[in-house]
Amino acid sequence: MKELLIIAIGSALVNNVVLSQFLGLCPFLGVSKKIETAAGMGGAVIFVITLSSFVTGLIYQFILVPTGLEYLQTIVFILIIAALVQFVEMFLKKSMPSLYQALGVYLPLITTNCAVLGVALLNVQKEYNLLQGTVNGFATAVGFTVSIVLMAGIREKIEYNDIPKSFQGFPIVLLTAGLMAIAFFGFSGLI
Amino acid sequence: MSDLIKNTPKERLVNGILKENPTFVLMLGMCPTLAVTTSAINGIGMGLTTTVVLAASNLLISMLRNFIPDRVRMPAFIVVVASFVTIVQMLLEGFIPSLYSALGIYIPLIVVNCIILGRAEAYASKNPPIPSLFDGIGMGLGFTLSITCIGLVRELIGAGQIFGFQILPLADSASGKMGYEPITIFILAPGAFFVLAFLSALQNRFKLGAAKRGIDPSNPDSCGGACASCGNSMCKGKRG
Repeated sequence: MKELLIIAIGSALVNNVVLSQFLGLCPFLGVSKKIETAAGMGGAVIFVITLSSFVTGLIYQFILVPTGLEYLQTIVFILIIAALVQFVEMFLKKSMPSLYQALGVYLPLITTNCAVLGVALLNVQKEYNLLQGTVNGFATAVGFTVSIVLMAGIREKIEYNDIPKSFQGFPIVLLTAGLMAIAFFGFSGLI
Repeated sequence: MSDLIKNTPKERLVNGILKENPTFVLMLGMCPTLAVTTSAINGIGMGLTTTVVLAASNLLISMLRNFIPDRVRMPAFIVVVASFVTIVQMLLEGFIPSLYSALGIYIPLIVVNCIILGRAEAYASKNPPIPSLFDGIGMGLGFTLSITCIGLVRELIGAGQIFGFQILPLADSASGKMGYEPITIFILAPGAFFVLAFLSALQNRFKLGAAKRGIDPSNPDSCGGACASCGNSMCKGKRG
């Protein structure tokens, strides 16, 4: 239990997926203009990453390892993720229309979110078992959500500020991300 | 650049390196851009690896463009790209293990680099093999060039080195020698954001200057601009 907690805190805060590993930067920069959309994206990412780290872990341990096909992991994982996203989308549309309304637009974007594939590969690299991998996936996604929602909150405020012309748009967002990354260094004492 | 004939190899190379530079103009492939640029040599390694994958997948996708049904083209592209990435990963592991361990998880992550799927969708699936090959090489070199630049800046400020050589002599407090005090944060994560922020601010400044002089700074049409558009084309592909 303690070990799982360490994994969770480690990947949610200390090694934050966006701010220290640079995974999932595209949605982080792209859909962080409003807090609601950022939270929606975060919710969709938590859902998909938790599910995909479980499924990829399952397939890696019970299909790829016994058959000695570990080298196919990249191809297999990306196909699983693409299929899973598609499947989740169809499932939500049919059975939970309200949730689909909330997450729907973000789901297709997630396939290209490198955090999803990144977590699956990291789980293999760190030799996590199924439970550890799933916890790691969930925590990583929570870390993503925390940082994207914080970012959106800051960006809503930035709107009212007087920014030098060349720094408007993309550069100021990157600077903010850099400052947030420094702030997240503060968590490194936690473990 | 108007004297260059469209879709010739030369035009494609120039286009990829300058006009539609994937990092600074199209803003694609941000994850590796920030993650592996702790030193210039890593930047070159990542850039060239991506170039190889991009050129090979562009060539193959372009050759197969009339055989891949439109509805399943995105999964098909992903499989092609993922196969090349796996091959390149094995080659690197075998022949350049130092680079392999330096780039680590970011080699398999080339699969989800928006530049590659973006070019496959925007260019290779609509054009003949030879221009597609050169489009891939041009885009790849443009990417290599820009991430090497970022790597150079970070390495110089963060460690006083260029390509691993000590350019700025370091201070040594033990012997009281005066010298450069490396700003380590530039090699760490926040430095990546800062360097890219300043580089793109610089680029904005040039664009604003160009706009004032009456030159149209509008972005090229191809992949839109943000990564999100790649995701969009992706979902269109799957639903279509």
